[in-house]
Amino acid sequence: MLPYKNYSEKFLLIKEGKLSLVENVKFFLSEIEKKKNLNAFNSVFSDDALIDAKRIEEKIKTGEHGKLAGLVIAVKDVLSIKDKPTTCSSKILKDFNAIYTATAVQRLIDEDAIIIGKTNCDEFAMGSSNENSAFGNVLNPTDITRVPGGSSGGSAAAVAAQLCDVSLGTDTGGSIRQPASFCGVYGLKPTYGRISRFGLTAFASSFDTIGPFATNVEDLALVLEILSGKDELDSTSTDKVVPKFSKNLTLDNKIRIGIAKEYFGKGISPEVKDSIDSIIEKLKENNIEIVEISLPHTEYTIATYYILTTAEASSNLARYDGARYGYRAAQNSNLPDMYKQSRSEGFGKEVKRRIMLGTYVLSAGYYDAYYRKAQKVRRLIKNDFDNAFKNVEVILTPTSPFTAFKIGEKTSDPIEMYLSDIFTTSANLAGIPGINIPTGKNSEGLPIGMQLLANQFNEMDLLKMSYFIENKIL
Amino acid sequence: MNDKYEAVIGLEVHAQLLTESKAFCGCSTKFGNAPNSNVCPICLGHPGVLPVLNKKVIEYTIKMGLATNCTINQRSTFARKNYFYPDLPKGYQISQYEEPICEQGHIIISLSGSSEKKVGITRIHMEEDAGKLIHDHGFETLVDVNRCGVPLMEIVSEPDMRSAEEAYQYLTKIKQLVQYLEICDGNMEEGSLRCDANVSVRLKGAKEFGTKREIKNMNSFRNVERAIKFEINRQIEIIEDGGTITQQTLLWDADLNEVFPMRSKEEAHDYKYFPEPDLLPVIVDEKWKSEIEKYLPELPENRKERMAVTYNLPKYDAELLTQSKPIADYYEKVISVTNDYKSASNWIMTDILKIINEEKIDIRDFPVAAEDLGELINLISDGTISGKIAKEIFPAMVIEKKKPSAIVKEKNLLQISDAGEIEKIVNQTLEKNSSEVQMYLGGKEKVFGFFVGQIMKETKGKANPKLVNELLSEKLEALKNKIIK
Ligand SMILES: [Zn+2]
Repeated sequence: MLPYKNYSEKFLLIKEGKLSLVENVKFFLSEIEKKKNLNAFNSVFSDDALIDAKRIEEKIKTGEHGKLAGLVIAVKDVLSIKDKPTTCSSKILKDFNAIYTATAVQRLIDEDAIIIGKTNCDEFAMGSSNENSAFGNVLNPTDITRVPGGSSGGSAAAVAAQLCDVSLGTDTGGSIRQPASFCGVYGLKPTYGRISRFGLTAFASSFDTIGPFATNVEDLALVLEILSGKDELDSTSTDKVVPKFSKNLTLDNKIRIGIAKEYFGKGISPEVKDSIDSIIEKLKENNIEIVEISLPHTEYTIATYYILTTAEASSNLARYDGARYGYRAAQNSNLPDMYKQSRSEGFGKEVKRRIMLGTYVLSAGYYDAYYRKAQKVRRLIKNDFDNAFKNVEVILTPTSPFTAFKIGEKTSDPIEMYLSDIFTTSANLAGIPGINIPTGKNSEGLPIGMQLLANQFNEMDLLKMSYFIENKIL
Repeated sequence: MNDKYEAVIGLEVHAQLLTESKAFCGCSTKFGNAPNSNVCPICLGHPGVLPVLNKKVIEYTIKMGLATNCTINQRSTFARKNYFYPDLPKGYQISQYEEPICEQGHIIISLSGSSEKKVGITRIHMEEDAGKLIHDHGFETLVDVNRCGVPLMEIVSEPDMRSAEEAYQYLTKIKQLVQYLEICDGNMEEGSLRCDANVSVRLKGAKEFGTKREIKNMNSFRNVERAIKFEINRQIEIIEDGGTITQQTLLWDADLNEVFPMRSKEEAHDYKYFPEPDLLPVIVDEKWKSEIEKYLPELPENRKERMAVTYNLPKYDAELLTQSKPIADYYEKVISVTNDYKSASNWIMTDILKIINEEKIDIRDFPVAAEDLGELINLISDGTISGKIAKEIFPAMVIEKKKPSAIVKEKNLLQISDAGEIEKIVNQTLEKNSSEVQMYLGGKEKVFGFFVGQIMKETKGKANPKLVNELLSEKLEALKNKIIK
């Protein structure tokens, strides 16, 4: 057990000499070793982490330390760290070491966080169960016969199993929020453009976001604060002012909550519904205004999402061709054959499925019917949210219609698998922030998650309401 | 060309922009560095990298748009052009597709017989170059990524040209413009200017276009003209023989002077263009546009007018001198040293252009500095040397790369302008050639030239010809008078 419940407590313990940072890192390393069966990590940086722990402990003692001094962080294996493996859990990048460090990771390092390792995930972040990793499934720490969710399954499991303090994941259609809900931790997807994507291996460039997992809202807010802000290396990152999220978590302004009927329809498990309903009741009891809203284009989200993300993915993944780096098939007779063999052997089934789908929707003769139309629907979905946020500050929905399912349960039916993201993809289509709040457990002891969404760049209200629910409602 | 038919030609020109750094990363664009040395994770297409647009690329393209009377779109966007090739690290080229930055312009080209023609510009857009494959390493093909991400501007013309000559003139005009704007060095042989041609033929007066064929790989201005001429004639032959033209992509073979079809597999491209999600739309506001307009360099037409008026040059001279910016620059450097504007023009138009055309070199690499040519012209006009000697000194300046005054000194070529000295030589010459003197006195005045020649031979051409003439006529006149008396 950890002797602290969030980073500010941890920092004080270290500062007062009551906790050795080196021992703390050793504890995490031994837990990672002990729970190796979870398969949460692709690589562990034991030596570097211990050296960092020693160095940063000194810094804390002298008072010359960064804002995350001693925070132990695991990073999803789609983010580049110089001279470290960056595999994206794919055979095609199995032995690839990054030659530069992602901006997001660098910002953590600059604030004296300790990077303990890189976490397993679905190949190229494509999946909802972590069953698409070339390096094997990640197991759910609550029940190892079940999936941890995906694609950031390793990052969610690592925090849930106390293998680190905080982790970074990426969210293209729910890949932070859904595994957070399956593993029972907090997970935040920020506004598109809030955090630089430089160094994040692209899956769908206009959807991809980076965000933290933690056991509490305060840590999420603190890490978000460090990660956010303009980066000259990412043209789509914004120079919008970054609020001091971690210092303003008290609910001191009126925040109305919207409930959209489209998010409580068929397919949602009764236990999930009951859990969320009871939260809504308690919110009402606490005088939080609950408003019925409508997001009429919700039924198109999954189709729109899969057309646009696969289109972008088919182009983003073209660079893995065996010509310059990464996996090259041993047997090949000429250049086109080398491409075909390397990509056929290097990519997994789901990645190939999406490349095919994306290539198809961009092809001559189909572009207008699929890609262009989906772009239009994306705007309509965005408009839905714009209208909704005229009347409410946050929207409350389930994170996923169901709790963690059994390994192998949905692998034979991709559509069934895609539906586990039915409540999360809309935030990526609209570019808005969202969070998973663990609300409790079902009869089998499996975590249930609730999602809050806010308007673009309104992470502040999102975090305030989450903090309120964490401390006053749960 | 068969009179029954007319050709319809449109050109797509790629111009490599002369920015210091690449279009989407900070790497140098310097040509000739060691292979794969101008590279970074971004232009190498490593996982997770993102492009950041170099603002100079927009500026340069807007300059070309303004110089070709285009509409500069307030909003333009980038798109990805997807295809697999080892010289394309990302598997796609960042280009512009549905919303280019410049549209609907035109240029005026001059044709033989001093007629002019307006050729429409459909669009000008920005994109990035690919790398280079090096095939001469046994069985292996090597990739040099240095050129990857070097900015290109693609200029697409309307199908307004009707002959190979017009295409040639259009291309010349494009080269002239990019050089004047200093946005591209315009060197087709080195590939900084590239041209693809779409060629079709139709019966004269027909409204419909024929089926077009695209010709690629024409790496010089002359080859563009030759390849188009070849293709026009071939298409006419096919039609005359009762055949039909099929759509094809052709490669020009400069050694055989023929075009060959590309393998159909290579041309069956579906580039699957879609908006580039990693770059924001390019917004050009009025303020920025007018700022660029304000600092637009002098364009060829204006320079021609100005030089003709300011230096009192014939129109022909001004036209020829301003055809290429480096030549016009050279001229103006020469006349910063000398006031003999017309001589300067003559020297460049005859002596220098002859050499650079023969040697196929750029005037910027011409061994004689403009200032030195100016000095040479001054040496003539102040009587230090004769024009004849100047013509002898000039090749020495080219070969030995020495200043004219140094050559004059070294070879003792100073003009003899001392009347006493010349008089002495004139007297000697007349004495030595008494029979010719008799002929002259007998009325054969043509012999005068013979005397001049002898004197020049005696002085190794250094005698001031004006003085020689004066003194010689004086002497002969005196002899004539003597006889009459
Ligand atoms: Zn570069």
